Amino acid sequence: MSKYNFDYLDELEAEAIHILREVAGQFEKPALLFSGGKDSITLVRLAEKAFRPGKFPFPLVHIDTGHNFEETIEYRDRMVARLGERLIVGSVQASIDAGKVVEQKGKNASRNALQTVTLLDTIEQHQFDACIGGARRDEEKARAKERIFSVRDEFGQWDPKRQRPELWNIYNGKIHKGENVRVFPISNWTELDVWNYIRREKIELPSIYFAHEREVITRNGQLMAASSYVNMDEEDVVERKKVRFRTVGDISCTAAIESDAFLIDDIIDEISRSKISERGARMDDKVSEAAMEDRKKGGYF
Amino acid sequence: MNILKFFTAGSVDDGKSTLIGRLLYDTDSILADQLEAIQNANRKNDDGTVDLAILTDGLRAEREQGITIDVAYKYFQTDQRKFIIADTPGHIQYTRNMVTGASTANLAIILVDARNGVVEQTIRHSYLVSLLGIKHVVLAVNKMDMVDYSETVFNAIEQKYKTLAEELKLQEVTYIPVSALKGDNIVHQSDRMLWYKGDSLLRFLEEVETSMAQQSDKARMPVQWVIRPQTDELHDYRGYAGRVVSGTFKVGDKITVLPSGASSTISKIEFFNQELEEVSSGQSVTIHLSSDVDISRGDTIVNSSALPQESKLIEADLCWMDTKALDTSIIYLLQHNSKVTKCKIAEVIYKVDINTLEKHSADEFKLNDIGRVVLKTADNLPFDFYSDSKANGAAILIDSRTNLTVGATMFRALA
Repeated sequence: MSKYNFDYLDELEAEAIHILREVAGQFEKPALLFSGGKDSITLVRLAEKAFRPGKFPFPLVHIDTGHNFEETIEYRDRMVARLGERLIVGSVQASIDAGKVVEQKGKNASRNALQTVTLLDTIEQHQFDACIGGARRDEEKARAKERIFSVRDEFGQWDPKRQRPELWNIYNGKIHKGENVRVFPISNWTELDVWNYIRREKIELPSIYFAHEREVITRNGQLMAASSYVNMDEEDVVERKKVRFRTVGDISCTAAIESDAFLIDDIIDEISRSKISERGARMDDKVSEAAMEDRKKGGYF
Repeated sequence: MNILKFFTAGSVDDGKSTLIGRLLYDTDSILADQLEAIQNANRKNDDGTVDLAILTDGLRAEREQGITIDVAYKYFQTDQRKFIIADTPGHIQYTRNMVTGASTANLAIILVDARNGVVEQTIRHSYLVSLLGIKHVVLAVNKMDMVDYSETVFNAIEQKYKTLAEELKLQEVTYIPVSALKGDNIVHQSDRMLWYKGDSLLRFLEEVETSMAQQSDKARMPVQWVIRPQTDELHDYRGYAGRVVSGTFKVGDKITVLPSGASSTISKIEFFNQELEEVSSGQSVTIHLSSDVDISRGDTIVNSSALPQESKLIEADLCWMDTKALDTSIIYLLQHNSKVTKCKIAEVIYKVDINTLEKHSADEFKLNDIGRVVLKTADNLPFDFYSDSKANGAAILIDSRTNLTVGATMFRALA
């Protein structure tokens, strides 16, 4: 038996657990969106803390672009087996095959934007009324504005000008049929908080977060994995470098950084000193100043 | 290390977003790619330096109009503390967004322009701070560079504000002369105001005491979820999951479940794989009881020796947050922690003119109106007064036709 000191990570954790339990209590068919990235892995640990020894009151949902890092999928399957929870996979390839979306063309083609359609279809097919996601407010300026319970209309759209006031720790999850709520339990965490939590909780991560040797090409000043999912031509020079990934998304839109950080302590040290934000390595955010706001309005995570 | 949540309030041109930008910039919290983005932006200060306000105006409409519409949350940390800033809009039409940002804050920074001093908006923002029970206020007298860093100007504003602070019963006010644009007394102590002997804003924020000491010590835990694994080996397992909103529970404590009034004893407190002897305010845990009691989501577990108020008629302050005016003839939903019950506004006692603080009777209650009402609920609510416990003394009102959050209410007295 023990009594523990309540520090800032405990406070963030307690808040997130409270939010997850509100989702369980307020919705009929919630889901946890699991990408294989560190933020959704953190959510899974928080869900264990909120609901064990019971089952999760929601399945894990992975929107699979088909352009994954192998390491992430291996990690996902191992984790699901350990948890004994249900995994639902929404496939972007299936959306393409069904003609619902068209693959982007050109050198910088990515399936990142296509995910939105698959996500909305998966929500509709399973009638999810709440989708828990690992987005954080420190990631990007449109996200800094979003509520913890963020209502989306029937078309999945976020309307930043008509957000419900969100007061104290009271979350209003009332919606009309067809609408759904995106819930962000780690809204108030920073990238560094997530890493400190992963270290404290000794949470295992996919190996691509740690420094490793990989064949890469340089594209618009960013290092991209040399992969069959990235459209390459003779101008692209493949080099072998020691890199790691700071965020994990689709191969075609996630850039690597050169790094020697092999241990979690090295990573925390590296991030503390870093002068580039985490989303600075996301090609999808570089399109325009309002790139994220526009994607969110359209139903993105 | 702990967390300080604060919000900033100021009029449209008081430089609120610039102040936040300056805090982030001078603490090296702005990363190169974000800085590059603002350097590339079209908006610049008159002297050609980058406009730090762009950092917090996250929506296209805000950048276009150069104003803050909705709350933006920003994060930074120093060796002493982690900070969460709610950058709230100052304009009267966005009062509800300011109330949203203020509801979770432990400290408020109210900005005034040194050239204008205490103005109508200062009164309004200070009133909201007092209404929401925020203990610490920093009155940041900004744009000191525009008044030649004059001590006389600063002192006059401080004197004027003291009268207002007394009237509003603000508990602790700290006065700091700053220039957000030039960086004086934000992170670094200014050498242009040697007459000022206090701390810079950041130093003050790092050191201000944020203990919850003034909050209630009466143990309360609203039940959010009942954990029942229903497996062979955990057949009889029944744990009540929730977050303790005030006080401390210990194993062996006699507790009462409300509204049913059933009583029992705490047999075990669990947190994931640990068993705890006791839990306090803020912690999310699972509580087990020694006897079978009917408990579900929406019930509150309280210490039997410190029972809360229980009533269906409550006098409360209300901030109206919907474009559709309050209708005393319809039934709203009231959400108090995990409990939702039907609710009518039985009476509007008075409305406050938030620019002059005068109270008067009111026939209608519209968007951004604030006043005192009598709430009549369908079920008995176990609550504390807001002055004792923010968490157990506040609720939101929901319009069941639109599902929108239409009101924020703070319990003040039994009606």
